[in-house]
Amino acid sequence: MKPTDSSVRWIEERPLGLTERLYLPLVLQGLTTTARHLVSKKVTVSFPEERPAVGNPLIYRGVHRLNRDHDGRVKCVACFLCATACPAHCIDIVATESPWPDREKYPESFQIDELRCIFCGMCEEACPVDAIELTSLLDLTGKSREEMIFDKEKLLSVYDMTKDAEPMKSESMGGTL
Amino acid sequence: MPTVIVDGREIEIGTDERLNCIEAARRAGAEIPHYCWHPGLSVVASCRMCLIEVGSRDAETGKTSMVPKLVPACQTPAKDGTVIVTESSKVKESRARVEEALLIDHPVDCPICDKAGECRLQDYHFEHGQAQRRADIHPFTSRKRDVGPTVSLFVDRCIMCTRCVRFTREVAGTGELMVSSRGSKEEIDIFPGYPLDNKLSGNVVDLCPVGALGDKDFLYQQRVWFLKREDGVCGGCSAGCSIHTEHNQDTIYRLKPRENQHVNKWWICDEGRYGWHHLHDPSRLVEPKRQRDGKGNAAAEPVEWADIIGLLRSDLAAATANGGRLAVAVSPMLTVEEAWMLCSVARSIDPQAMLAVGFVPTSGEDESFPGGFTIRSEKCPNRVGVEHVIAGFDPTVPRWETLLDAVESGSCTAAWISAAYPPAGNRPPSEAASWIDEATAARFEKLRCLIVQDLFTSPLADRADWLLPAAGFAERSGTWVNHAQWAQSFERAIRAPSGVWPEGRLLWNMLGRHRLYDPAVIRREAAATSSALAALAEDLPPIGIDLRLQQLATS
Repeated sequence: MKPTDSSVRWIEERPLGLTERLYLPLVLQGLTTTARHLVSKKVTVSFPEERPAVGNPLIYRGVHRLNRDHDGRVKCVACFLCATACPAHCIDIVATESPWPDREKYPESFQIDELRCIFCGMCEEACPVDAIELTSLLDLTGKSREEMIFDKEKLLSVYDMTKDAEPMKSESMGGTL
Repeated sequence: MPTVIVDGREIEIGTDERLNCIEAARRAGAEIPHYCWHPGLSVVASCRMCLIEVGSRDAETGKTSMVPKLVPACQTPAKDGTVIVTESSKVKESRARVEEALLIDHPVDCPICDKAGECRLQDYHFEHGQAQRRADIHPFTSRKRDVGPTVSLFVDRCIMCTRCVRFTREVAGTGELMVSSRGSKEEIDIFPGYPLDNKLSGNVVDLCPVGALGDKDFLYQQRVWFLKREDGVCGGCSAGCSIHTEHNQDTIYRLKPRENQHVNKWWICDEGRYGWHHLHDPSRLVEPKRQRDGKGNAAAEPVEWADIIGLLRSDLAAATANGGRLAVAVSPMLTVEEAWMLCSVARSIDPQAMLAVGFVPTSGEDESFPGGFTIRSEKCPNRVGVEHVIAGFDPTVPRWETLLDAVESGSCTAAWISAAYPPAGNRPPSEAASWIDEATAARFEKLRCLIVQDLFTSPLADRADWLLPAAGFAERSGTWVNHAQWAQSFERAIRAPSGVWPEGRLLWNMLGRHRLYDPAVIRREAAATSSALAALAEDLPPIGIDLRLQQLATS
């Protein structure tokens, strides 16, 4: 669109009023905001000594975990739907035939590059068997890039660590067994 | 010309064409869904998915009378005055009912099914099915049955189109598969002790419109939506079947046949289908090596490709000085373009260079199947093309044996042996016998300079002064001419492993050409120098052309 276009409406800047020209009232207005924040309740915490409160752990998007089924086996069926949905391409799965008669395939290896992940939660949403979930663990640190590539065992251990605090979606909540 | 009316549009079909309503409607741009019908198999009209309304228009009065019932389009011939209605509410209702009936018995385990993404049942259900499932049967996993060394059958995913059964009876002629039981208990099965084990068995997986038949080689390897598909040509034998190379991140996952009525129709053999594994074998040569320097001292140090261009030339020139001669074996694995460049490079170093057709691997006899498919005994894709190229330089077209005699007698003092032979019989390279035996390799003893370009190590490679890595069939670009003079051009599907310059790139640079290797440029130059290859001067259609037509036209 060009500035000469007929649909462009040109407006003039409003002339300054008396209070604006006096300058002082606006300074006071700004200082009032500062003063209000000085006395109001703090929202920041001194991380890591203090832990921030997580609102609803069920919908918080932190570190991933791989859930286990009733028999303690990895719940994942290696369908690659999380890897397909992942916009950051951080999930790498190697599928193979499962050793169990009731399941067809399972992940031989399941890796998430936590450094590449943008924690959007699309993997959780795509999973047809609710095997991958994002926990409310929010401090994710490591000393090397390799350490931050979480493999299947590590993701399962995240489940073991968090299963009591954050139960897996049950069938009654629309999850799968 | 007979006229067919498809959804109110009139289209003309050939007088002697025998089309059914599916094919006629496709000409008019209307796609009739179908499961059991396949152009390469007999018609059974059992899936009922292609039911349409059909009628006829009276040629004299112009009145149209419709058949009261829906009829299967695959079984109804399209004749003059045939009226086809593909989108009426009656037809749509019928398709939705067929889809619903099929899904009652289907496990709907799409997330773990390897067909998901290219499944007819999925596609047609989205397009023609209904959103709600009225008979809500709890999803179950499919029973898996081992039917042969290459194929697994997921019994409950099957929709009983019987394409696979008809294929083994009509095309492979082996008839291993059958339908057992009746009605809702129908299953595809084999007779105990007679597994699906023939040389075309992989085709039943391509034919299967759903995920019932799974290729064991591809099972669970990759989801199909990650795969990229490139048109290619199979390098397994001199039939030169058209294929799709399906790959992701420079790794091939599977090869699929590409329809080409002039060459392979709809099929490829298992040898070709699984003949790509050697490309990703860890024992492949991936580093150019100068195993002995110009004075014959062992060097075995890796050399930069940029330096090789000049060093090869100077080494060959030194070895052919003082009346020596250069012998070049042009491998029948090379494309026409690469062969032409190799001949040109050789003649620019030694104008008298002997250009011979490289070793031609063979195995057994040609094997034909009732469906008209033949597996050739000559296990290389381009002997004919290489012969045409060499004939443009030397009309006598020396053979591999002639070259062997020449290097043994000492009349040739330097040799460039392009090989690039895949391991015989699709075996792992460590188990397969090398294409050249120790005794034959010993005949190269007297040479002053030997250049070998190969995929894997061999007795000859051990004697080479220069050992250069070669490209695999999916890593080349160019043109292959099959046993029947049918030429097909293709682009590379994947990049060669890191450190490997495909022959085309090396020779292009040795010819002093600039920019990137462009096979089309070389193809036109080769076509200009050889009357047999004259047809290659134009861009080739995807299915290729018959070189003989052009030869007839020019003679």
